[in-house]
Amino acid sequence: MNLLTVSGSPHVHGDNSTKKIMYGVAFAMIPTLLVSVYFFGLDAIRVTLLSVFACMLFEWIIQKYLIKGPVTITDGSAIISGILLAFNVPSNIPTWIIIIGAFVTIGIAKMSFGGLGKNPFNPALVGRVFLLISFPVQMTSWPKPSALFNSLADAVTGPTPLGHLKEELKVGRTVQDILENGTSWTVDGINYIYKIPDYMDQLMGNLGGSLGEISALALILGGIYMLMRKIISWHIPVSFIGSVIIFTGILWVVNPDIYVNPGFHLITGGLMLGAIFMATDMVSSPMSFKGQLIFGLGCGVLTVIIRIWGAYPEGVSFAILIMNAFVPLINRSIKPKRFGEVAR
Amino acid sequence: MLKTFKIGGVHPEENKFSADQPAEVLDFSKQVIIPLSQSLGAPSKAIVEKGDLIKVGQLIAKGESFISSNIHSSVSGKVLKVDQVLDQSGYRRPAIFINVDGDEWIEGIDRSSEIKKEITLTKEEIVKKVHELGIVGLGGATFPSHVKLMVPEGKKAEVLIINGVECEPYLTADHRLMLENGEEVLIGTSILMKGLGVNRAIIGIENNKTDAIANLAKLALNFDGIEIETLKVQYPQGGEKQLIDTVINRQVPSGKLPIEVGAVVNNVGTAFAVYEAVQKNKPLIERTVTVTGKGVSKPGNYKVRIGTSINTLIEKVGGLPENTGKIVSGGPMMGKALNSIDVPVVKGTSGVLLFEEEEARRIEPTNCIRCGKCITVCPMGLEPVLIAQYAESEMWEEVEAERAMDCIECGSCQYTCPAARPLLDYIRLGKFKVGQIIRIRSKK
Ligand code: SF4
Ligand code: SF4
Repeated sequence: MNLLTVSGSPHVHGDNSTKKIMYGVAFAMIPTLLVSVYFFGLDAIRVTLLSVFACMLFEWIIQKYLIKGPVTITDGSAIISGILLAFNVPSNIPTWIIIIGAFVTIGIAKMSFGGLGKNPFNPALVGRVFLLISFPVQMTSWPKPSALFNSLADAVTGPTPLGHLKEELKVGRTVQDILENGTSWTVDGINYIYKIPDYMDQLMGNLGGSLGEISALALILGGIYMLMRKIISWHIPVSFIGSVIIFTGILWVVNPDIYVNPGFHLITGGLMLGAIFMATDMVSSPMSFKGQLIFGLGCGVLTVIIRIWGAYPEGVSFAILIMNAFVPLINRSIKPKRFGEVAR
Repeated sequence: MLKTFKIGGVHPEENKFSADQPAEVLDFSKQVIIPLSQSLGAPSKAIVEKGDLIKVGQLIAKGESFISSNIHSSVSGKVLKVDQVLDQSGYRRPAIFINVDGDEWIEGIDRSSEIKKEITLTKEEIVKKVHELGIVGLGGATFPSHVKLMVPEGKKAEVLIINGVECEPYLTADHRLMLENGEEVLIGTSILMKGLGVNRAIIGIENNKTDAIANLAKLALNFDGIEIETLKVQYPQGGEKQLIDTVINRQVPSGKLPIEVGAVVNNVGTAFAVYEAVQKNKPLIERTVTVTGKGVSKPGNYKVRIGTSINTLIEKVGGLPENTGKIVSGGPMMGKALNSIDVPVVKGTSGVLLFEEEEARRIEPTNCIRCGKCITVCPMGLEPVLIAQYAESEMWEEVEAERAMDCIECGSCQYTCPAARPLLDYIRLGKFKVGQIIRIRSKK
C-alpha cells in the first residue's frame, strides 16, 4: 500500500494561485497593448517584447547564479513588471535604455529585496523613475501617434497634453486659450502648430504619451476584467481616481483660468495606468480595504500636487512610490474589524 | 437575502456525493476498540478488566472530573484487554479492546422504533441522564453535553441554537439525520430546551439541504418554540461563534463562551443522541458517519457502533482505492489526517474521507505576495499572514497580541492563500506556545 500523507488541516485548497493572479493581470493588459500597437506601430511590439524578455532574463540570471535558489520566472510576475515598464516609456526609446530599465526593475527593485513579495516599491515604477531621472531627454520625447504601423523615421515628436499645458501655463496663458487655440511656433521658417487633442481622441488613445498610458478606455477595460476576476478590489482605483477628480475639481471651480478641469486630469497622462495597474500591485499596496482607501487617497492627492506645483508635468509614478513607502505603516495601523469587538 | 455571519468566509467546493444515500446500519466487526479519550477534557477511567463479559450499553469507563464523559460498550462480548492503541490523534492512548460475541443488550434500553414524544423527565433528571449516558457534542469538538446544560451562576440562557449547518464539504451525516430522524431531532431539541430552561430554539441549516429544511419546517409546526432558519452556504457557518452571530446577531466576545450572549449551541446529532438517551434510555454507542471521496465508488452514510475500525467502513464502500494518498477523519477543512486505517471510530467521528494521491499532497508554497486575501476571509477578523510570520520568527508575544488564541482553526486562510502558505500550521504552533505561556503566567 501507498504511504499516507499526514498533514494538518485544511486538506483542500481553493483554486487561487499566484500564477493565476499574475497571468490574469497580464491578460488584462492586452487591450492596452493592442491600442499601443495600433498607434505606435511595430515599435510598441519591440519595446514590450524587449522589456519582458530582459526582465525575465535578469530574474533568471539572478535566481540561478547569484541566489542559486529556485527559478520562478514563469510565475508571471516578471512578465507583468516587463509589460508595465514598457507601458511607462515612449515607443521610440532606444533598446539599451530599456535593458537598463529592466535591470533596475528586476535586479534592484525586486530581487535585491528578496524577490516576489518582498519588494516595498513597485518594481516597474522604480525602473521608470530611474530612467526618467537618468535619461530625461529620451524619456520625454514622445512620438506623435498617427497611423497604423508607421515607421520610426516619419514619426513626429510631440509633447504630452499635460507637459504642454504646464509649459504654456508658465508663460501666463489661460487654460481656455491653450486648449482652444493651440500653440504655434516657427522653426527655420516652417510653421508648427500643436493643439491638445479633444476628449474623444484622448479617451481612445490618440495622443502623445508613454506606450501604455494613452488609452483610458483600454485601461478601464482591463480594470473591469481584473475586478470581475477578483484580482483587484475597487478600493485603490476608486479612491485614487476619485481623489484626483475631487481635488482638481475644487481647484478648477476656484480658478478655471489656471487650473484645468478634472476631466482633463482624468484621461491624460498616466492616471488610469497608475490607478488601475500600478497602485493595485498587491505586493506594494496595503492589505486591508480600509488601508487601500487611504493609500489610493494619498496617491491621488500627491499626483495632483506634483502635476500642478511640482517640477514634473506628471506625478502619478512619484505619488505611488511615495505611498509605497507608507504601506508598512498603513498595514500596521489599520487592523481589521475583529470578531466580537463590535459594540452591540 | 439569506442570513450569514458578518466577517470573512469562503465557499469551498461542496462535493456532497453521499447526500442521497440513506444511512445504512453497518454490521459490527469481530473486535471493537473503544478509546478512553473520546471527549474534550480528562480521559475516562476503565471500570472493566480483561476477561469481563459485557453487554451492549453497559458502562465500561467513567468520566471522573466535571469535564469528562462516561463511555458505554457498543457491543456484547468479552474484554480482551485494556491497552494502548493508536487512535485518531496519531498517538497511542489507552482503550478497551472487546471481542464481539452476539448482540446482547442490557436491560432497560428501548430498542423499538416507536417515537416517544412526551417528555416526562424533569430538568434535573434530563441533565443527569445526559451525563450518565455519555452524551457529548457530535459536531466535532466532543464537549460533554451535560456541562453545556449547566448554566454557570450569574449567566442566563435565552436561546438554544441547534447546529444543522454541516458546512464542511463532503459530509452528509447530519443531513441524513435531519431527513430520516427529523422528529427525533426535534424532540431532542425540546428536551435540551427543557434541560436549559429556555423556551426558544433555532435550528440553523444551510441552503444546500432544502429537503432537510422542508422536512424539519413541516415537523416543527407540532413543536412549541422551535424555529427553522435557512442560512446562506458559507464556510464556516457551522463555527459556534459564527452561527450565533448569524442567527441571533450577537458576537461572543474574545475568550468567552456562547453563554455570555445568552446562547447555547448543540449539534443536530447531539439533539438526536439526547433524544435516544432521555426517551429511550440508550447511551451514546453509535453514530452516523459519512464515508466518501472522489475516488470512492459507493460513497455513503453509515450508522456505526463506536469502536468499529475505520477499515471496516472503508471495506463497505468498496475498499481503499489504489491511489489513496490521505485518509481524513472529519471534514476536509478541519478534519484530521490519519496515519493508519486501523484506528477506531469514536464519538466525534463525523466522516471518513479518502483523498487521491494528487489531492493529498500539499501545493508547494511560494512567497507571500501580500494580497491580503487571508485577512479578508478570516471569520474571526484576524490577520493570519501576520500571526504566521510572527510564529515563524518565534515572536510569541506578538503572536498573542495579534489574538492568535481567537483563531478557530477553520482553515479558511490557508485554503484561500494564492501562495499556498502553510498559515494554519504556523498559527497552530503559535497558539500552542502562547497557550503554554498563558498557563505559566497564571500559575505565578
Ligand atoms: S484558521 Fe484561524 S486565522 Fe485562519 S481564517 Fe480560520 S480563524 Fe482565521
Ligand atoms: S493570502 Fe497568502 S499570499 Fe496573500 S497575504 Fe495572506 S499569506 Fe500572503
